[in-house]
Parts: sequence; C-alpha cells; structure tokens
Amino acid sequence: MGDYPSRAGPYSGQGSSANLADILERVLDKGIVIAGDIQINLLDIELLTIKLRLLIASVDKAKEMGIDWWEHDPSLSSRASEGSRSLREENRRLRAEIEALREGEELPRAEDEEEDEDVYEEANEEADEEEAPPAAARRPSHTSRTSRPARTARTKRAEPGPRRKRRDEP
Amino acid sequence: MTEAITYAYAVAQDAEGSLEEALSGLPGVADGPVHLVRAGHRGEVVVAVGPVPEQDFEENALRAHLEDLDWLESVARAHHRVIEALAARTTVLPLRLATVYLDDERVRQMLDARQEAFAERLSVLAAHTEWGVKIYVEAPAATDRPAAPPSDADLSPGRAYLSHRKAQRHAREDAYREAEQVAQRVEAAARSYAVDRVQHRVQQGELARGPGENVINDAYLVPLEYGESFRADVLRSAEGLPGVRVEVTGPWAPYSFATPPEAEPLKRAAP
Repeated sequence: MGDYPSRAGPYSGQGSSANLADILERVLDKGIVIAGDIQINLLDIELLTIKLRLLIASVDKAKEMGIDWWEHDPSLSSRASEGSRSLREENRRLRAEIEALREGEELPRAEDEEEDEDVYEEANEEADEEEAPPAAARRPSHTSRTSRPARTARTKRAEPGPRRKRRDEP
Repeated sequence: MTEAITYAYAVAQDAEGSLEEALSGLPGVADGPVHLVRAGHRGEVVVAVGPVPEQDFEENALRAHLEDLDWLESVARAHHRVIEALAARTTVLPLRLATVYLDDERVRQMLDARQEAFAERLSVLAAHTEWGVKIYVEAPAATDRPAAPPSDADLSPGRAYLSHRKAQRHAREDAYREAEQVAQRVEAAARSYAVDRVQHRVQQGELARGPGENVINDAYLVPLEYGESFRADVLRSAEGLPGVRVEVTGPWAPYSFATPPEAEPLKRAAP
C-alpha cells in the first residue's frame, strides 16, 4: 500500500519509550481475543486484568459515569458529598413516589394506607417477626429493608395517592 | 533443549508481501525471531508469530509468570515492539498478550477460519492510528501551598487551620471544574478529527504514579493524515488552565479498535 509514507516518522516516537502502564493497558485489555491452544483462557485473563488494574487502573468510574464522575465522589469534593447526599435523598423520594404511583393504580384506599403504615412500623423494627402477613403488608416489609427515610416518603404517599385518583376521574 | 510453541502477535495486511522483511532481525517475545503465517497461498491477511519456549508458556507456567511484573513487562514490551514494527508498515489487528498455539499449523487453521472477518476489520482500520488522550488534575496538595498568609495572623491557630483547609479545598474544586472544561474542549477538538473513540479506565495504580490524578483516559481513532493536527489541537485545549494537564500518546497501533464495537463475544474457530 502506497499511502503509508509518513508512518515511519510518527511511529518512531512510541516504541520502547512508551509508558508501561499504557502498554499493559493495551496489550492486556485491548486487542483481539482469540482462544489459543494454550488456554490461559479468557477467565484467567479477566482475572489477571482485574489484578493488574490494581497496578494500573483500579477505578472504573470514569467510564461508567462520564467525565464528571469526580463530582459525585465524596472523597474528592466536599461539594459532592453534599450533592450526593441530596441526590440520595432525592433518589429515595422518587422511588417512593414511583412506588406510590404504582400502588395507586392497584390498591390504595386511605384506610389501607394507614394499616400499611402500622405494619410497616413493626416490620421496620423486627423484620423477621411477621408470619403470614396480609397481602397488603407484604410490600412494606420489603421496603423496610431499604432504610428509614423511605418511611417519611411513604407517609407522604398516603395523600397524593387518592388525590391523584380523583384528578384522574373528573 | 525445550520444545517451542507458537506465540501469535497480530493479524496484519500484507498487500505487498514486504512484511517478512520488516520483521527480520527483530527480537520478539523471549528474544525469538518473528515470521508470518499465511492462509492458503494467496492470502494478504497474515498472522505474525514466533517460537517461544514451551516451558514458559504452557498453562501453569504462564499463569504463574503473568503474576511476575518483570516477566510481564518484558513480554509486553516485546509484544508491543513487534506490533509497532508491523504498524509502521501496514494495518494491524493486535492480538491480546499471550495468545499461544501449539504450532504454526494451528495458527493457519485459525486464520483460515477467520480470514474474512479479519480482512473486513483491517479495511476499516486502514490508514488510521490510535491516539491516547489523558487528562490529569494537578490539584494542589497540602504541601504545595504557602504557609498561612499574613491576614491570618489575627486568627487563632484553629481558625487559621480551618481557613487554610478551606482555601485548599476550593483550589481542588477549581481544579476539577477546570478539568471538566478541558475535557469538553478536548472532546470537541478531538471529534473534529477522530472517527471513533473508546474510553478507558482511568489510570490510578502504582504504575500510573505521576504528577496529578488521571481523570480521563480515552483513545481516539484518527485518520493517518490528521494525526499531528489532532495532537496539536488536543494539547491546545488545556492552555490557560494551569491545574489541568493533557497528555497525548501515540500514534499507537489500533489496539483499542481492533475488535469491532458490536462484535459478538467470541466466535470459536470452526472445526
């Protein structure tokens, strides 16, 4: 192929001078994987790569979270720790709301909700205690496993549920 | 004298038939010679291979060796050396380190089975190179900062310490914010040249020890003719922001792009 004349130039820069971390990253983690006859098989290579990440790159976050991942890492930014706390809270609230909406479709009656709440309280203290719980109680006992703030969210839920219903039926 | 088995380095396009010559005299893994395996008689797609001592590359030994960083480094550098030599001449698809066959004939069978897929990928990567772009935040460390400024003289030691800490923290936050800006600029600059990008894990381990903290570690696939412009433009993106450093490495053989993005995990060679 004739279109490689300029290649020799740029390439000479890399070679043996390249940083070992950069090389290992590429030769171990990139490139085509073909099972050879000597089976340091894929699993082994994966394990090895994981081990090497301790040497090279132990954090997968940049990839997962995009370029602003450090914003969410409390150890890197005090702002982030506040941010992530409120995020966590918001997340909880949103989950609870979704749950509420979901249940709102199926079985919310104001009374049920209260019962619900009571069982929830108990379940929260002694999750193992309940035997043959009524169908309505089953769900809360799951929720109890998450954490307390969910409860406040649930308390809120008791109102929006029915109200929403009403709005839907003019 | 121990038996030799076959270590496979890379798949390459050998349109002119001149690759063999490029490899002569080049020490491969375990200082062994490197030669080419061809499929059939007219294949332009070849596999670069070389003999390695069986005792070092049979399963258990290999597993043990791979834990040995010195051994690993020498194999990795040799592997890379061969791939670079090929990449200087033609398009290559690097194989992952330590792809080992019983003999050349087994490599030929593998090549026969996959020749078309290889050829297809080679044509996509022809006349492209890979560039690495890393962004580092050089957040001021505690020791980098001057002792408490004079205005702190009125403060009690405790308050002085706290205000000092606060200033440090702000400096760090600024640095991360700047890094984010740089990342956006780099991406914009890079996109105007690159045809593909993969994001690698950030380098954070012992080997990556260096000034600053690596927050972006990407690879871009760039047409050969834009390589230098790519490098220059990307480096320019960090100008004026002293807390952030951009490092461009390359050109590399297209390690990060050898496997097509949507490739199915592993097609076993047909029997």
